Amino acid sequence: MFGTFSLFDSAFVAIVLLSLKVTLTAVGCAGLVGLPLGAALALGRFPGRPVIIVIVNAFMGLPPVVAGLAVFLLLSRSGPLGGFGLLFSPAAMVVAQFSLVLPIIIALTRQTIEDLWGEYRDQLTSMGAGPLRAIPTLIWDARFSLVTGLLAGLGRAFAEVGAILIVGGNIAGFTRTMTTAIALETSKGDLPLALGLGAVLMALTLAINGLALAVSRLGARFAG
Amino acid sequence: MTSVTSAPSILPLTLDRVAYEVGGRRLVGVEWATIAKGRKTVVLGPNGAGKTLFLRLCHGLIKPSAGTIAFASGIRPAPQQHAMVFQKPVLLRRSVAANLHHALALAGLGYFERRRTSRLILNRFGLGDLADRPARVLSGGEQQRLAIARAVAVGPELLFLDEPVSGLDPSAMRQIEEMLVALHADGLTWVMTTHDLAQARRLADDILFFHAGRLLEAAPADRFFAEPATEEARAFLESRLFW
Repeated sequence: MFGTFSLFDSAFVAIVLLSLKVTLTAVGCAGLVGLPLGAALALGRFPGRPVIIVIVNAFMGLPPVVAGLAVFLLLSRSGPLGGFGLLFSPAAMVVAQFSLVLPIIIALTRQTIEDLWGEYRDQLTSMGAGPLRAIPTLIWDARFSLVTGLLAGLGRAFAEVGAILIVGGNIAGFTRTMTTAIALETSKGDLPLALGLGAVLMALTLAINGLALAVSRLGARFAG
Repeated sequence: MTSVTSAPSILPLTLDRVAYEVGGRRLVGVEWATIAKGRKTVVLGPNGAGKTLFLRLCHGLIKPSAGTIAFASGIRPAPQQHAMVFQKPVLLRRSVAANLHHALALAGLGYFERRRTSRLILNRFGLGDLADRPARVLSGGEQQRLAIARAVAVGPELLFLDEPVSGLDPSAMRQIEEMLVALHADGLTWVMTTHDLAQARRLADDILFFHAGRLLEAAPADRFFAEPATEEARAFLESRLFW
Protein backbone atom coordinates (compact mmCIF):
# COMPACT_ATOMS: atom_id res chain seq x y z
CA MET A 1 0.00 0.00 0.00
CA PHE A 2 2.70 2.45 0.99
CA GLY A 3 5.75 1.12 -0.78
CA THR A 4 8.13 -0.43 1.76
CA PHE A 5 5.37 -1.69 4.07
CA SER A 6 1.63 -1.48 4.38
CA LEU A 7 -0.23 0.09 7.28
CA PHE A 8 -1.19 -3.32 8.59
CA ASP A 9 1.92 -5.42 8.29
CA SER A 10 3.80 -6.49 11.38
CA ALA A 11 6.68 -4.02 10.98
CA PHE A 12 4.23 -1.15 11.03
CA VAL A 13 2.33 -2.50 14.03
CA ALA A 14 5.64 -2.93 15.84
CA ILE A 15 6.47 0.74 15.22
CA VAL A 16 3.14 1.90 16.60
CA LEU A 17 3.39 -0.39 19.62
CA LEU A 18 6.94 0.74 20.40
CA SER A 19 5.87 4.39 20.19
CA LEU A 20 3.05 3.74 22.61
CA LYS A 21 5.20 1.67 24.94
CA VAL A 22 8.06 4.19 25.13
CA THR A 23 5.81 7.22 25.55
CA LEU A 24 3.40 5.69 28.06
CA THR A 25 6.27 4.30 30.15
CA ALA A 26 8.05 7.66 30.14
CA VAL A 27 4.90 9.60 31.05
CA GLY A 28 3.92 7.02 33.67
CA CYS A 29 7.30 7.26 35.38
CA ALA A 30 7.34 11.04 35.09
CA GLY A 31 3.89 11.11 36.71
CA LEU A 32 4.99 8.91 39.59
CA VAL A 33 7.96 11.17 40.24
CA GLY A 34 6.52 14.51 39.12
CA LEU A 35 3.19 14.53 40.96
CA PRO A 36 4.65 14.23 44.47
CA LEU A 37 7.58 16.52 43.59
CA GLY A 38 5.22 19.14 42.18
CA ALA A 39 3.02 18.91 45.26
CA ALA A 40 6.02 19.16 47.56
CA LEU A 41 7.17 22.23 45.66
CA ALA A 42 3.69 23.72 46.07
CA LEU A 43 3.57 23.21 49.82
CA GLY A 44 7.20 23.39 50.85
CA ARG A 45 8.73 26.60 52.13
CA PHE A 46 12.49 26.49 51.83
CA PRO A 47 15.23 28.82 50.66
CA GLY A 48 15.79 28.67 46.93
CA ARG A 49 12.20 27.67 46.22
CA PRO A 50 11.55 30.53 43.76
CA VAL A 51 14.74 29.65 41.90
CA ILE A 52 13.66 26.04 41.59
CA ILE A 53 10.24 27.10 40.32
CA VAL A 54 11.82 29.30 37.67
CA ILE A 55 14.17 26.50 36.59
CA VAL A 56 11.36 23.96 36.38
CA ASN A 57 9.20 26.36 34.39
CA ALA A 58 12.09 27.09 32.04
CA PHE A 59 12.73 23.37 31.52
CA MET A 60 9.19 22.98 30.22
CA GLY A 61 10.56 24.51 27.05
CA LEU A 62 13.71 22.39 26.95
CA PRO A 63 14.50 21.67 23.28
CA PRO A 64 14.17 17.91 22.73
CA VAL A 65 17.48 17.67 20.87
CA VAL A 66 19.25 19.23 23.85
CA ALA A 67 17.61 16.75 26.20
CA GLY A 68 18.57 14.01 23.75
CA LEU A 69 22.15 15.18 23.67
CA ALA A 70 22.35 15.28 27.47
CA VAL A 71 20.95 11.77 27.80
CA PHE A 72 23.26 10.62 24.98
CA LEU A 73 26.29 11.92 26.90
CA LEU A 74 25.04 10.30 30.12
CA LEU A 75 24.45 6.91 28.53
CA SER A 76 27.29 6.74 26.01
CA ARG A 77 30.09 4.24 26.62
CA SER A 78 32.36 6.80 28.27
CA GLY A 79 29.53 8.58 30.07
CA PRO A 80 28.73 8.21 33.79
CA LEU A 81 25.93 5.70 33.11
CA GLY A 82 27.65 4.06 30.14
CA GLY A 83 28.17 0.81 32.00
CA PHE A 84 24.51 -0.10 31.66
CA GLY A 85 24.78 -0.23 27.87
CA LEU A 86 21.45 1.48 27.42
CA LEU A 87 22.29 3.75 24.50
CA PHE A 88 20.35 3.01 21.28
CA SER A 89 17.74 1.00 23.14
CA PRO A 90 14.09 1.69 23.98
CA ALA A 91 15.16 2.20 27.60
CA ALA A 92 17.33 5.15 26.54
CA MET A 93 14.34 6.61 24.71
CA VAL A 94 12.23 6.30 27.84
CA VAL A 95 14.92 8.13 29.82
CA ALA A 96 15.05 10.93 27.23
CA GLN A 97 11.28 11.38 27.13
CA PHE A 98 11.08 11.14 30.90
CA SER A 99 13.43 14.11 31.21
CA LEU A 100 11.33 16.08 28.73
CA VAL A 101 8.01 15.34 30.39
CA LEU A 102 9.04 15.62 34.03
CA PRO A 103 9.34 19.44 34.14
CA ILE A 104 5.90 19.83 32.54
CA ILE A 105 4.27 17.57 35.09
CA ILE A 106 6.09 19.16 38.03
CA ALA A 107 5.24 22.70 36.93
CA LEU A 108 1.57 22.05 36.21
CA THR A 109 1.17 19.99 39.39
CA ARG A 110 2.73 22.72 41.47
CA GLN A 111 0.31 25.32 40.16
CA THR A 112 -2.75 23.10 40.59
CA ILE A 113 -1.82 21.90 44.06
CA GLU A 114 -0.89 25.37 45.26
CA ASP A 115 -4.33 26.67 44.29
CA LEU A 116 -6.07 23.76 45.97
CA TRP A 117 -3.94 24.11 49.10
CA GLY A 118 -5.15 27.71 49.34
CA GLU A 119 -8.67 26.37 49.56
CA TYR A 120 -7.97 23.37 51.82
CA ARG A 121 -5.22 24.67 54.07
CA ASP A 122 -7.34 25.77 57.05
CA GLN A 123 -9.55 22.70 56.94
CA LEU A 124 -6.68 20.22 56.68
CA THR A 125 -4.60 22.03 59.29
CA SER A 126 -7.62 22.04 61.58
CA MET A 127 -7.98 18.29 61.17
CA GLY A 128 -4.35 17.78 62.10
CA ALA A 129 -2.79 17.25 58.65
CA GLY A 130 0.54 18.99 58.18
CA PRO A 131 1.82 19.82 54.68
CA LEU A 132 3.46 16.41 54.29
CA ARG A 133 0.29 14.49 55.11
CA ALA A 134 -1.71 16.92 52.97
CA ILE A 135 0.18 15.98 49.80
CA PRO A 136 -1.63 12.70 49.06
CA THR A 137 -4.97 14.28 49.97
CA LEU A 138 -4.37 17.19 47.61
CA ILE A 139 -3.12 15.01 44.75
CA TRP A 140 -6.18 12.81 45.01
CA ASP A 141 -8.59 15.74 45.21
CA ALA A 142 -6.93 17.47 42.27
CA ARG A 143 -6.85 14.26 40.24
CA PHE A 144 -9.12 15.51 37.48
CA SER A 145 -7.15 18.71 36.99
CA LEU A 146 -3.87 16.85 37.15
CA VAL A 147 -4.94 14.68 34.21
CA THR A 148 -4.48 17.79 32.08
CA GLY A 149 -0.84 18.02 33.14
CA LEU A 150 -0.30 14.36 32.33
CA LEU A 151 -1.92 14.89 28.93
CA ALA A 152 0.34 17.83 28.19
CA GLY A 153 3.28 15.59 29.01
CA LEU A 154 1.88 12.80 26.89
CA GLY A 155 1.40 15.17 23.97
CA ARG A 156 4.95 16.37 24.18
CA ALA A 157 6.42 12.87 24.44
CA PHE A 158 4.27 11.43 21.70
CA ALA A 159 5.05 14.15 19.18
CA GLU A 160 8.73 14.41 20.01
CA VAL A 161 11.38 13.20 17.57
CA GLY A 162 14.69 14.92 18.32
CA ALA A 163 15.54 13.29 21.62
CA ILE A 164 14.56 9.70 20.77
CA LEU A 165 16.29 9.96 17.41
CA ILE A 166 19.57 10.86 19.12
CA VAL A 167 19.45 8.30 21.91
CA GLY A 168 17.48 5.58 20.11
CA GLY A 169 19.16 5.73 16.75
CA ASN A 170 16.03 4.89 14.71
CA ILE A 171 17.06 1.26 14.31
CA ALA A 172 14.48 -0.63 12.25
CA GLY A 173 12.54 -3.13 14.32
CA PHE A 174 14.20 -2.04 17.55
CA THR A 175 14.07 1.69 18.22
CA ARG A 176 12.07 2.97 15.26
CA THR A 177 8.97 4.88 16.38
CA MET A 178 6.31 6.69 14.39
CA THR A 179 8.00 10.06 14.63
CA THR A 180 11.47 8.83 13.76
CA ALA A 181 10.01 6.76 10.89
CA ILE A 182 8.21 9.84 9.58
CA ALA A 183 11.45 11.81 9.67
CA LEU A 184 13.29 9.03 7.87
CA GLU A 185 10.66 8.38 5.18
CA THR A 186 10.32 12.10 4.51
CA SER A 187 14.07 12.47 3.96
CA LYS A 188 14.00 9.38 1.75
CA GLY A 189 11.22 10.96 -0.29
CA ASP A 190 8.54 8.40 0.57
CA LEU A 191 5.98 11.08 1.33
CA PRO A 192 2.86 8.88 1.12
CA LEU A 193 4.23 6.59 3.82
CA ALA A 194 5.30 9.53 5.96
CA LEU A 195 1.83 11.03 5.57
CA GLY A 196 0.17 7.74 6.45
CA LEU A 197 2.25 7.44 9.59
CA GLY A 198 1.48 11.04 10.42
CA ALA A 199 -2.24 10.36 10.11
CA VAL A 200 -2.00 7.37 12.44
CA LEU A 201 -0.02 9.44 14.94
CA MET A 202 -2.63 12.18 14.88
CA ALA A 203 -5.46 9.67 15.28
CA LEU A 204 -3.80 8.02 18.26
CA THR A 205 -3.10 11.37 19.92
CA LEU A 206 -6.72 12.39 19.42
CA ALA A 207 -7.98 9.09 20.77
CA ILE A 208 -5.81 9.23 23.90
CA ASN A 209 -6.78 12.81 24.63
CA GLY A 210 -10.45 12.15 24.01
CA LEU A 211 -10.39 9.14 26.29
CA ALA A 212 -8.58 10.99 29.05
CA LEU A 213 -10.95 13.93 28.85
CA ALA A 214 -13.97 11.66 28.94
CA VAL A 215 -12.63 9.81 31.96
CA SER A 216 -11.84 12.98 33.85
CA ARG A 217 -15.18 14.64 32.96
CA LEU A 218 -17.08 11.58 34.02
CA GLY A 219 -15.04 11.31 37.19
CA ALA A 220 -15.48 14.99 37.98
CA ARG A 221 -19.23 14.65 37.62
CA PHE A 222 -19.34 11.80 40.10
CA ALA A 223 -16.86 13.27 42.55
CA GLY A 224 -18.23 16.79 42.48
CA MET B 1 -18.19 8.79 68.53
CA THR B 2 -14.70 7.59 69.10
CA SER B 3 -14.18 9.85 72.04
CA VAL B 4 -10.79 9.98 73.64
CA THR B 5 -12.39 9.09 76.96
CA SER B 6 -9.18 8.26 78.75
CA ALA B 7 -7.56 11.61 78.00
CA PRO B 8 -7.90 14.29 80.66
CA SER B 9 -10.21 17.19 79.87
CA ILE B 10 -8.70 20.05 77.87
CA LEU B 11 -11.20 22.51 79.34
CA PRO B 12 -11.46 25.19 80.51
CA LEU B 13 -9.81 27.15 77.74
CA THR B 14 -8.43 30.41 79.06
CA LEU B 15 -7.35 33.52 77.18
CA ASP B 16 -5.21 35.96 79.10
CA ARG B 17 -4.44 39.43 77.70
CA VAL B 18 -4.54 38.10 74.16
CA ALA B 19 -3.92 40.41 71.23
CA TYR B 20 -3.75 39.66 67.55
CA GLU B 21 -2.16 42.34 65.42
CA VAL B 22 -1.38 42.62 61.74
CA GLY B 23 0.90 45.41 60.60
CA GLY B 24 0.59 47.20 63.92
CA ARG B 25 -3.22 47.20 63.79
CA ARG B 26 -4.91 45.38 66.59
CA LEU B 27 -7.59 43.14 65.09
CA VAL B 28 -8.50 41.21 68.23
CA GLY B 29 -8.07 42.15 71.86
CA VAL B 30 -9.24 39.93 74.69
CA GLU B 31 -8.38 40.98 78.23
CA TRP B 32 -9.56 37.73 79.75
CA ALA B 33 -11.97 35.03 78.67
CA THR B 34 -12.71 31.45 79.52
CA ILE B 35 -14.57 28.66 77.79
CA ALA B 36 -15.96 26.39 80.46
CA LYS B 37 -16.67 22.68 80.08
CA GLY B 38 -20.21 21.77 79.17
CA ARG B 39 -21.29 25.28 78.16
CA LYS B 40 -22.75 26.45 74.88
CA THR B 41 -20.94 29.69 74.19
CA VAL B 42 -22.13 32.09 71.53
CA VAL B 43 -19.71 34.70 70.24
CA LEU B 44 -21.89 37.63 69.33
CA GLY B 45 -21.17 40.84 67.50
CA PRO B 46 -21.60 42.68 64.22
CA ASN B 47 -19.69 41.76 61.06
CA GLY B 48 -16.02 42.60 61.33
CA ALA B 49 -16.05 42.51 65.12
CA GLY B 50 -13.28 39.91 65.23
CA LYS B 51 -15.44 36.88 65.98
CA THR B 52 -13.89 34.64 63.34
CA LEU B 53 -10.35 35.65 64.29
CA PHE B 54 -11.21 34.88 67.89
CA LEU B 55 -12.23 31.34 66.93
CA ARG B 56 -9.14 30.88 64.79
CA LEU B 57 -6.95 32.02 67.68
CA CYS B 58 -8.64 29.61 70.08
CA HIS B 59 -8.38 26.76 67.59
CA GLY B 60 -4.71 27.50 67.01
CA LEU B 61 -4.91 28.30 63.30
CA ILE B 62 -3.29 31.66 64.01
CA LYS B 63 -0.92 32.61 66.78
CA PRO B 64 -1.60 35.56 69.08
CA SER B 65 0.78 38.52 68.89
CA ALA B 66 0.66 38.78 72.65
CA GLY B 67 -0.86 37.00 75.62
CA THR B 68 -1.57 33.34 76.27
CA ILE B 69 -4.24 30.95 75.13
CA ALA B 70 -4.08 27.90 77.35
CA PHE B 71 -6.04 24.71 77.79
CA ALA B 72 -6.60 23.11 81.18
CA SER B 73 -3.47 22.79 83.28
CA GLY B 74 -1.19 23.41 80.34
CA ILE B 75 -2.37 20.45 78.24
CA ARG B 76 -1.31 20.58 74.62
CA PRO B 77 -4.33 18.92 73.05
CA ALA B 78 -4.09 16.54 70.11
CA PRO B 79 -5.59 17.95 66.90
CA GLN B 80 -8.60 15.70 67.36
CA GLN B 81 -9.49 17.08 70.79
CA HIS B 82 -10.86 20.35 69.46
CA ALA B 83 -12.31 20.78 66.02
CA MET B 84 -13.61 23.61 63.89
CA VAL B 85 -16.41 24.00 61.37
CA PHE B 86 -15.85 26.82 58.94
CA GLN B 87 -18.40 29.29 57.66
CA LYS B 88 -18.16 27.88 54.18
CA PRO B 89 -17.72 24.15 54.58
CA VAL B 90 -14.56 22.89 52.90
CA LEU B 91 -15.51 19.41 51.76
CA LEU B 92 -13.12 17.17 49.89
CA ARG B 93 -13.91 16.33 46.27
CA ARG B 94 -15.00 12.85 47.25
CA SER B 95 -18.07 11.02 48.42
CA VAL B 96 -19.78 11.87 51.68
CA ALA B 97 -18.46 8.70 53.30
CA ALA B 98 -14.93 9.31 51.97
CA ASN B 99 -14.91 12.73 53.61
CA LEU B 100 -15.48 11.03 56.94
CA HIS B 101 -12.97 8.28 56.17
CA HIS B 102 -10.33 10.90 55.49
CA ALA B 103 -10.94 12.75 58.76
CA LEU B 104 -10.93 9.47 60.69
CA ALA B 105 -7.72 8.38 58.96
CA LEU B 106 -6.07 11.61 60.09
CA ALA B 107 -7.18 10.75 63.60
CA GLY B 108 -5.32 7.47 63.28
CA LEU B 109 -8.20 5.01 62.88
CA GLY B 110 -7.67 1.78 60.96
CA TYR B 111 -9.57 0.78 57.84
CA PHE B 112 -12.43 -1.17 59.41
CA GLU B 113 -12.81 1.21 62.32
CA ARG B 114 -13.13 4.08 59.82
CA ARG B 115 -15.93 2.31 57.92
CA ARG B 116 -17.79 1.41 61.09
CA THR B 117 -17.52 4.85 62.67
CA SER B 118 -18.45 6.74 59.53
CA ARG B 119 -21.56 4.61 59.05
CA LEU B 120 -22.58 5.24 62.64
CA ILE B 121 -22.04 8.97 62.37
CA LEU B 122 -23.80 9.36 59.02
CA ASN B 123 -26.82 7.42 60.21
CA ARG B 124 -26.97 9.37 63.41
CA PHE B 125 -27.15 12.70 61.59
CA GLY B 126 -29.53 11.55 58.89
CA LEU B 127 -26.85 11.50 56.20
CA GLY B 128 -26.77 7.71 55.78
CA ASP B 129 -28.65 7.75 52.47
CA LEU B 130 -26.16 10.25 51.06
CA ALA B 131 -23.05 8.22 51.90
CA ASP B 132 -22.10 7.52 48.28
CA ARG B 133 -23.02 10.91 46.87
CA PRO B 134 -20.25 13.37 45.95
CA ALA B 135 -19.99 15.72 48.92
CA ARG B 136 -19.74 18.80 46.75
CA VAL B 137 -23.13 18.37 45.12
CA LEU B 138 -25.06 18.26 48.39
CA SER B 139 -27.30 21.18 49.30
CA GLY B 140 -25.86 23.91 51.50
CA GLY B 141 -27.60 22.56 54.58
CA GLU B 142 -26.49 19.00 53.92
CA GLN B 143 -22.93 20.17 53.33
CA GLN B 144 -22.86 22.00 56.63
CA ARG B 145 -24.34 19.01 58.45
CA LEU B 146 -21.68 16.82 56.89
CA ALA B 147 -18.99 19.31 57.93
CA ILE B 148 -20.25 19.18 61.52
CA ALA B 149 -20.56 15.39 61.44
CA ARG B 150 -17.00 15.17 60.13
CA ALA B 151 -15.74 17.51 62.84
CA VAL B 152 -17.36 15.53 65.68
CA ALA B 153 -16.62 12.11 64.17
CA VAL B 154 -13.16 12.08 65.70
CA GLY B 155 -14.61 12.71 69.16
CA PRO B 156 -13.49 16.22 70.08
CA GLU B 157 -14.29 17.64 73.48
CA LEU B 158 -14.61 21.16 72.14
CA LEU B 159 -16.05 22.33 68.82
CA PHE B 160 -15.71 25.76 67.24
CA LEU B 161 -18.36 26.78 64.71
CA ASP B 162 -17.98 29.87 62.57
CA GLU B 163 -21.44 31.09 61.56
CA PRO B 164 -22.52 27.55 60.69
CA VAL B 165 -25.98 28.54 59.47
CA SER B 166 -25.24 31.71 57.54
CA GLY B 167 -26.99 31.63 54.19
CA LEU B 168 -29.08 28.56 54.98
CA ASP B 169 -32.86 28.38 54.78
CA PRO B 170 -34.90 28.18 58.02
CA SER B 171 -35.41 24.43 57.93
CA ALA B 172 -31.73 23.71 57.33
CA MET B 173 -30.95 26.15 60.12
CA ARG B 174 -33.31 24.34 62.47
CA GLN B 175 -31.75 20.96 61.61
CA ILE B 176 -28.32 22.28 62.44
CA GLU B 177 -29.46 23.89 65.68
CA GLU B 178 -31.07 20.60 66.71
CA MET B 179 -27.84 18.84 65.84
CA LEU B 180 -25.88 21.23 68.05
CA VAL B 181 -28.28 20.85 70.96
CA ALA B 182 -28.08 17.05 70.69
CA LEU B 183 -24.30 17.13 70.56
CA HIS B 184 -24.22 19.32 73.63
CA ALA B 185 -26.50 16.89 75.44
CA ASP B 186 -23.91 14.21 74.64
CA GLY B 187 -21.24 16.18 76.41
CA LEU B 188 -19.75 18.30 73.63
CA THR B 189 -18.74 21.82 74.57
CA TRP B 190 -19.10 24.22 71.69
CA VAL B 191 -18.38 27.82 70.77
CA MET B 192 -20.30 29.36 67.90
CA THR B 193 -20.11 32.75 66.28
CA THR B 194 -23.21 34.43 64.97
CA HIS B 195 -24.68 37.85 64.43
CA ASP B 196 -28.20 36.45 64.64
CA LEU B 197 -29.68 37.62 67.92
CA ALA B 198 -32.65 35.26 67.85
CA GLN B 199 -30.34 32.31 67.36
CA ALA B 200 -28.10 33.46 70.19
CA ARG B 201 -31.13 33.70 72.48
CA ARG B 202 -32.24 30.20 71.50
CA LEU B 203 -28.92 28.47 71.98
CA ALA B 204 -26.52 30.30 74.24
CA ASP B 205 -25.55 29.50 77.80
CA ASP B 206 -22.83 32.13 77.73
CA ILE B 207 -22.29 35.15 75.53
CA LEU B 208 -19.01 36.67 74.43
CA PHE B 209 -19.83 40.02 72.90
CA PHE B 210 -17.29 41.50 70.49
CA HIS B 211 -17.23 44.94 69.00
CA ALA B 212 -14.55 46.52 66.84
CA GLY B 213 -12.11 43.72 67.62
CA ARG B 214 -12.47 43.86 71.38
CA LEU B 215 -14.20 41.48 73.73
CA LEU B 216 -16.49 43.89 75.55
CA GLU B 217 -18.69 41.55 77.56
CA ALA B 218 -18.56 37.98 78.76
CA ALA B 219 -21.70 36.98 80.64
CA PRO B 220 -24.30 34.27 81.07
CA ALA B 221 -26.82 34.63 78.27
CA ASP B 222 -29.85 35.52 80.38
CA ARG B 223 -27.96 38.30 82.14
CA PHE B 224 -26.48 39.60 78.90
CA PHE B 225 -29.87 39.86 77.24
CA ALA B 226 -31.64 41.24 80.34
CA GLU B 227 -29.09 43.85 81.33
CA PRO B 228 -26.18 44.36 78.95
CA ALA B 229 -23.37 46.14 80.70
CA THR B 230 -22.02 48.23 77.84
CA GLU B 231 -23.56 50.84 75.61
CA GLU B 232 -22.34 48.90 72.52
CA ALA B 233 -24.14 45.74 73.63
CA ARG B 234 -27.34 47.68 74.33
CA ALA B 235 -27.09 49.25 70.90
CA PHE B 236 -26.48 45.86 69.27
CA LEU B 237 -29.43 44.28 71.04
CA GLU B 238 -31.64 47.16 69.87
CA SER B 239 -30.24 46.80 66.33
CA ARG B 240 -28.90 50.33 66.30
CA LEU B 241 -25.23 49.55 66.59
CA PHE B 242 -22.83 52.13 65.31
CA TRP B 243 -19.41 51.20 63.95
